[in-house]
Amino acid sequence: MKGDLPMSRKVYVDVLIKQDKEGKLTPLAVTWEDGEIYEIDKVTGVCRAASLKAGGAGIRYTCQIQNKETFLFLENDKWFVESKE
Amino acid sequence: MERAILHVDCNKFYASVECLHRPEIRNLPVIVGGDAELRHGIVLTKNEIASKYNIKTGEAIWQAKQKCPGLVVVKPNFQLYVRFSKMARDIYGDYTDQIEPFGLDECWIDVTGSGAFGDGTAIAEEIRKRVKFELGITVSIGVSYNKIFAKLGSDYKKPDAVTQFSRHNFKELVWPLPASDLLYVGHSTMKRLTNCGIYTIGDIANCTPDYMHMLLGKAGYMLHSFANGRDNEPVARADDTAVIKSIGNSSTAPRDLENDNDVKIMMYVLAESVARRMREQGFRCKTVCISVRDNELCCFTRQCKLAKYSANTKEIAEKSLELFRKNYNWLRPVRSVGISCTDFEHENSVFQLDFYDSYEKRMKAESLDKTVDALKSRFGNFCIQRGLMLSDKKLSGFNPYNDNTIHPVGYFKPQ
Repeated sequence: MKGDLPMSRKVYVDVLIKQDKEGKLTPLAVTWEDGEIYEIDKVTGVCRAASLKAGGAGIRYTCQIQNKETFLFLENDKWFVESKE
Repeated sequence: MERAILHVDCNKFYASVECLHRPEIRNLPVIVGGDAELRHGIVLTKNEIASKYNIKTGEAIWQAKQKCPGLVVVKPNFQLYVRFSKMARDIYGDYTDQIEPFGLDECWIDVTGSGAFGDGTAIAEEIRKRVKFELGITVSIGVSYNKIFAKLGSDYKKPDAVTQFSRHNFKELVWPLPASDLLYVGHSTMKRLTNCGIYTIGDIANCTPDYMHMLLGKAGYMLHSFANGRDNEPVARADDTAVIKSIGNSSTAPRDLENDNDVKIMMYVLAESVARRMREQGFRCKTVCISVRDNELCCFTRQCKLAKYSANTKEIAEKSLELFRKNYNWLRPVRSVGISCTDFEHENSVFQLDFYDSYEKRMKAESLDKTVDALKSRFGNFCIQRGLMLSDKKLSGFNPYNDNTIHPVGYFKPQ
């Protein structure tokens, strides 16, 4: 893939998840590298998607965190985000 | 009803998956290649940028580096490719259950009965977009009424494109293509065709079938039908698991093998993997086959039968060694060896006991093998090893079980 996208870092994160009796996963909070915990206000979308910026593919959760839209990816059984730095 | 068959080809598959995962190399010339130090140093795939330097699949990595000094060489990660291949097939599975893989990166899919999603071209477009979005790699898709033209279509325009060959346009689009593009026209067939002034697919189509037969034997009829779009091969169903007929592994050694003991180490590593894969399938085999290639690339295969059906690592390794010792004269050092097992029976089938063989001993060996398998699957291939492996860690340090590659099967299935 040729890409002129701004590169970003792939950061694996700890995620607090709720799993309902149907097996559906909902991420509730993300712990950033520095230990800071960010609550997810709302999950606005779930789809399969690739992350060209960070490099990977999996299930993408579109999350509202502090009024900002953030993509949280579940790849195999690990979670990652696209870090802007 | 006219069939709607798609052939989906993931463009530069290994290289695309690697470039997706490493944004930092995406705009550089990249090849995926084996480890040159282990003498597996050939180009498996290259990305678009490396292709511009005229790097060819199958050539040595040092040759590729000469053509392109800044070349990035990435080691293959087959588990990752298998995962992406499966994700792609999951997408196709949303449209049909007739999905027939041809290697890891190619599939035929039959969407004749999937009208609810649109016609063949519409479904192809949707699949192309979805794979790009969901997997981050590109595919090229051929759409046609038979598998042969569908495959030609996926080669016609790439990357990231859909080509349709219909009954109306194939003479215009397919016939000018070189005959070598057709499935089953390899190097030597092409040579014969060229000698007779046959250069394009159209040339084949416009010969009489009998002329093609005279030229190439039975294959002549087949190629004549292919060139005219008369191919009725069905697309297999996704749940038609091919009957496994053999299980094997082979490997090129990191250095030339000089004596029986070197070969013994390699054979044991290969037998461990082959026997383990057999046990996973619940098989026992009767026939063991070895392949040997010396350092001038001359190779031969030999096979023989075991006294009893077995999936025991030691028995298979010892039989392979016995075969090797009987058939090799050590005129030249050995470059690579392989073991494959055929003639399977299921481990639950009944078997004949005999007075001279200890059943108890066999059961003990079997449960030992299964315990080792369980340990390896939990803690990795190298967590438990035979003492023999430690005598030359460089020779024994490869893992055919996890690194085994998936080769395309033949176009025609055994009925």
